[in-house]
Amino acid sequence: MKKAGLLMILGSLLLMGLFVFPLWNIELGAPQYPEPLGINIYINGLKGQSEFDIQNIDGLNHYIGMKTLPKPEDMWEFTVFPLVIGSMVFLGALFGLLGYLNKISFHWFIGWFVLMSILGVLGMYDFNAWMIDYGTNLDPKAIMKLQNPDGTPMSYKPPLLGHQKMLNFDAYSYPRLGAYLMFVGMCMTLAASYLGWKFKKSTKTKKVLSPA
Amino acid sequence: MKKYRFYIMTLIGAALVFSGCGNGSEKASSNGALGSSAAEKVYVAPGEQDDYYAFLSGGYSGNITVYGLPSGRMFKEIPVFSQFPTSGYGYSEETKPMLNTSFGFVPWDDAHHPDISQTNGELDGRWIFINGNNTPRIARVDLSTFETAEIIEVPNSAGNHSSSFITENTEYVVAGTRFAVPVPQRDMPINEYKSNFKGALTFISVEPEHGALDIKFQLLMPGFNYDLSHPGRGDSHGWFFFTTYNTEEANSLLEVNASQNDKDFIAAINWKKIEEYVNNGGGTKMPANYAHNVYSEETHTGTTTMKKEVLTVDPTEVPGAVFFLPTPKSPHGCDVDPTGQYIIGNGKLSADLTVHSFDKMIAAIEGEKFDGEAYGIPILNFEDVLAGTVKSGGLGPLHTEFDAKGNAYTTFFISSEVVKWKLGTWEVIDRKPTFYSVGHLMIPGGNSRKPFGKYVVAMNKITKDRYLPTGPEMEHSAQIYDISGEKMELIYDFPTHGEPHYAAGCPAELLAPKSKKIYRLDDNKHAYGITNPSEARVERNGKEVHIYMSTIRSHFTPDNIEGIKVGDKVYFHITNHEQDFDVPHGFSIIGQNTSELLIMPGQTKTSIWEPKQVGVWPFYCTDFCSALHQEMQGYIRVSPPSSNLELSWSLGE
Repeated sequence: MKKAGLLMILGSLLLMGLFVFPLWNIELGAPQYPEPLGINIYINGLKGQSEFDIQNIDGLNHYIGMKTLPKPEDMWEFTVFPLVIGSMVFLGALFGLLGYLNKISFHWFIGWFVLMSILGVLGMYDFNAWMIDYGTNLDPKAIMKLQNPDGTPMSYKPPLLGHQKMLNFDAYSYPRLGAYLMFVGMCMTLAASYLGWKFKKSTKTKKVLSPA
Repeated sequence: MKKYRFYIMTLIGAALVFSGCGNGSEKASSNGALGSSAAEKVYVAPGEQDDYYAFLSGGYSGNITVYGLPSGRMFKEIPVFSQFPTSGYGYSEETKPMLNTSFGFVPWDDAHHPDISQTNGELDGRWIFINGNNTPRIARVDLSTFETAEIIEVPNSAGNHSSSFITENTEYVVAGTRFAVPVPQRDMPINEYKSNFKGALTFISVEPEHGALDIKFQLLMPGFNYDLSHPGRGDSHGWFFFTTYNTEEANSLLEVNASQNDKDFIAAINWKKIEEYVNNGGGTKMPANYAHNVYSEETHTGTTTMKKEVLTVDPTEVPGAVFFLPTPKSPHGCDVDPTGQYIIGNGKLSADLTVHSFDKMIAAIEGEKFDGEAYGIPILNFEDVLAGTVKSGGLGPLHTEFDAKGNAYTTFFISSEVVKWKLGTWEVIDRKPTFYSVGHLMIPGGNSRKPFGKYVVAMNKITKDRYLPTGPEMEHSAQIYDISGEKMELIYDFPTHGEPHYAAGCPAELLAPKSKKIYRLDDNKHAYGITNPSEARVERNGKEVHIYMSTIRSHFTPDNIEGIKVGDKVYFHITNHEQDFDVPHGFSIIGQNTSELLIMPGQTKTSIWEPKQVGVWPFYCTDFCSALHQEMQGYIRVSPPSSNLELSWSLGE
């Protein structure tokens, strides 16, 4: 159980990477932007890939009537996400420590993993909902009002994952180092759960064998 | 029709015969025959970039043009000494001070010899210097912005020609006078020139970190004509060499009267010795009046300071600092090889090149082997300092550049050719024609310790039939030769702008990575700049009206202005709020008596407009900035002088 506890602590600590590295990145390239514009998405706000990218993306987006990109104070997510991640790191490390000391069983590790997965999915859902709003809730007085071939207004929602052509822009949306660290960390907690389970099984076997 | 067919058949036949012969002969194949490989050598495919920057002086355009090598594509014209309506240089309130001189506003000059800054004798790519020949000035251009940063006028000089060459750590940029003149200037008979006029050689110090120029001292030499110069390097660092002509001191019909002496001089100046002399309090302070114009990248504004004094040095007061090296036939070019050992003087009326040896010169000085003196300056014995003579077979040698393999390349004006020869053995290796009458040539780094000997660019004075004719006036031609092999190969021919005299080149990677993309708006300290559109406003101060305006794709803030009156002096101070690479905005207004403004991202520029008629007058953006560039426009209402209309301004109301 010691090994499992250590792995659990390490895995949850890797989530701390989210406070330093971006979670996600959306890149916009076009013929006249050979060096693409980009947004790095952190859990506590947005940052330009290059210093002035946010301003320049807003500048382009005003033609199609998109809202300006949110500042940290404009979205509750940028306040709540750091708290949630911070709490999960704390809980994960605590469970790991208690597991290391053999005070709790591997079920707590699984519990943590399941909770984190649910939160992760909720986070992605929220992120996607924001992008839908951002890409479709356009200023009716927009300079350019473009329509799909079927007559519906064109959406500028960037893809959640992967590439999409939007007018003259190629939009690319991919996870970044923060997300990868989180992924590795969560895998480690899953491994910790497995080790915990194996440990439990072996102690059970011992218990079964001992009376004989 | 039949006839034509016959001709074509004949031509094809002839071509076959010639190519058949060519294949058989060794010579044709080794020369790359029809130059198909030449096309590959200069072809920079769409989207690819050149290997070298080349900065060609514009001569009477007063500016510098920037080209790529080997493609010969022109990238930019950098305005230096001449007004440039394309960007508003010399027209905008911020840049007008750059062209101030003791003669007032001089909107033009004759720009000759660019030189890139060096550290330890190697190009460092921080600045490029260039001389204004006509109203003596030296400019420093910043190579991160490719804009003129500073211009200093040179007093006591006239025809600032043996300039603007730098020492190997950019300690000094040197400016020598072509015309000898009375120093100080005074009313006197021209024919009393002899022994009364002086030739000032000016050493302008370059502040190592920011490049600020300041005249350290002026050496008042005898009244010869100082034609060209180059610094010593390596062992000869600390010396500077100037060619002279008109040692006859003629004041009229110089083409005859200044060509009488069999030998003129190369003046060898030990500037380190003179620097030490003035640092110890030597020299005489002389009243003077010259302009020093500095452009600040923070305030985006140039300012002029008139300087009132210059430190002069009499060469006879500093023994061992100045010597004359006799050099045949009115030498023009004065070039020093990469090792610093050889000083090449090209006697322009001669067929031969004279090469002096630095070591021999030092030995002669130490042995005090003098062949008389001129105005108290020792003349060394020609034979004592001579390293060798290049018997070229050409006529009218002018300038020499070097590769990194111990070869020198000299232009011949009269025989229109570039001749490659070997340093040390003085043997001619190759010669190739130029088209036509070549002046300077340039190898990137070819006048430093570390030349990049891949290409040589020959800059010609005469174009004639090289391009499609454009009436009597044509641009000058230049040729690019590949010099990577034993023989030179002509690979390209391209027109230049103005009259390139000298040029300077460097590898692209020295400049491209540090080339600025924008000016930071949060660094903008312009007195009338605004960093937020909410600060946009119009203020009246008597008849002066200041409009604080901003631009961003695709509107001006404000774009409707009322309350202006006939007789007002309206200042449009326009700040470009873009922070995106290559998104300038332009500004022009009907009846503008100056030029448009082209405002880079983060920059502020000012144009004065003096409305003469009542009406509603439009202004617009001149740079196609965006899909809605055409909508980037506004109105200004001009009322009669008696009007009581209050100032008002708005956007989108």
